[in-house]
Amino acid sequence: SEALFGEAEPETKMISMEKAEEAKLKAKYPNLGSKPGGSDFLRKRLQKGKYFDSGDYNMAKATKNKQLPVASVEKTEITGDHIPTPQDLPQRKPSLVASKLAV
Amino acid sequence: VAGGTGAGGNDVQWCFSQVKGAIDDDVAEADIISTVEFNHSGELLATGDKGGRVVIFQQETENKCQPLSRSEYNVYSTFQSHEPEFDYLKSLEIEEKINKIRWLPQKNAAQFLLSTNDKTIKLWKISERDKRPEGYNLKEEDGRYRDSTTITTLRVPVFRPMDLMVEASPRRIFANAHTYHINSISVNSDNETYLSADDLRINLWHLEITDRSFNIVDIKPANMEDLTEVITAAEFHPHQCNTFVYSSSKGTIRLCDMRASALCDRHSKLFEEPEDPSNRSFFSEIISSISDVKFSHSGRYMMTRDYLSVKIWDLNMENRPVETYQVHEYLRSKLCSLYENDCIFDKFECCWNGNDSVVMTGSYNNFFRMLDRSQRRDVTLEASRESSKPRQVLKPRRVCAGGKRKKDEISVDSLDFNKKILHTAWHPQENIIAVATTNNLYIFQEKVN
Repeated sequence: SEALFGEAEPETKMISMEKAEEAKLKAKYPNLGSKPGGSDFLRKRLQKGKYFDSGDYNMAKATKNKQLPVASVEKTEITGDHIPTPQDLPQRKPSLVASKLAV
Repeated sequence: VAGGTGAGGNDVQWCFSQVKGAIDDDVAEADIISTVEFNHSGELLATGDKGGRVVIFQQETENKCQPLSRSEYNVYSTFQSHEPEFDYLKSLEIEEKINKIRWLPQKNAAQFLLSTNDKTIKLWKISERDKRPEGYNLKEEDGRYRDSTTITTLRVPVFRPMDLMVEASPRRIFANAHTYHINSISVNSDNETYLSADDLRINLWHLEITDRSFNIVDIKPANMEDLTEVITAAEFHPHQCNTFVYSSSKGTIRLCDMRASALCDRHSKLFEEPEDPSNRSFFSEIISSISDVKFSHSGRYMMTRDYLSVKIWDLNMENRPVETYQVHEYLRSKLCSLYENDCIFDKFECCWNGNDSVVMTGSYNNFFRMLDRSQRRDVTLEASRESSKPRQVLKPRRVCAGGKRKKDEISVDSLDFNKKILHTAWHPQENIIAVATTNNLYIFQEKVN
């Protein structure tokens, strides 16, 4: 026979809690589709790691740990000054560091 | 079970033994632990992290005469298993994160393990070198060549002892077989083959052969718009080499028999707990998604972990689990915010103790749960630096779901959802457990008087 332990709630209370939470979510996001486990969600999951191209990927990697600069009006930044070359990009692969668990 | 151990749960008092990793709060992404696994004897404990690194610890018994003496795990070997890649053809990033490590049973002096990231599985050989040849005729000890005109006699080089060196080398690389992200690997009891599972397919490999694998499960629909379910975990039966199971995002488990046909798209058994459709909520399917499936050591049962519970299934009964345990039922009233912060998609693992009497799984706030099947009792423990004095006994924790909070209880709203214990492992014979917090590995042991 089934054994339930931990802080088990009677089934009706479980369902009403879930439905209350669902109502909360729908109140916040009225355009939320009714099928959360459906194909849109799964297809998004299968697309994990997708980038537009390798340039997009490398830029994302380079700026991952840096604070993206806020556009400031005061700066007189000249764009299009020169064509960047691969050497100009801050791309140096970090040297492999040992795991801190192995210390 | 050796040494009279194995009775876990509440008769056992758990003590802090060791903690590995940095104390600082600023955790680098690479240091996030992504998998923990004991080998078959329990002597070795491997961890994998988001940075693609594997660290192996070895158990050193202080006093070999006393079976229950305190034993420590110390670093044995560490290596970079996987590196980040970019698939230029599909513009897809391939993370170096180690999703799973599985040990092969030991056949000779060396140890072998399989480690995998999203796309590539590697077989690593870990071997010890404790002697080296000395006394070459043509070379000096430092490697420089000797002037052959100065050699007047010949000698036979001999092996002399040296400081122990542990070397890890990749022996096989199993690549290019998975379009989607690998979530599981499982070594067959035949010790020759293993399976790898991604979101939609499961492949069977031979450990010696890297240039081909057999597809044994394919749930990809002809039209991707019809996709409703993905594979979340898969495992071979511990004794029956023809049997494996795979779990899905819809809360079902399929058992397949490879003798039935080459492509196991038709299951032999389908394990699913019936649910009244009128009781379904927006969250029902998401929280029913199985994040881990593990056979018992006996091979008679299997355990599944979904978002809120752990279920034990008897392989002979498909229509419902024989046991259900609530892991953190108090989260049911928080599903809305857990969906918003993505925590509802966290994938918790679970594990059995050596004699299948207790199961363990993680939760939030660095809590983990021990569920004693034989004693019908459960306890919540915490992995924290505050409770890490040598041999300090862990105190049970209690979460207050609502209403008046008692002293020593923590309220649901105070739980830290960034502190998740997703990966835990239990020594195959002894009451020693490894619990991974975000970037630290805790080792707890049974209290020895």
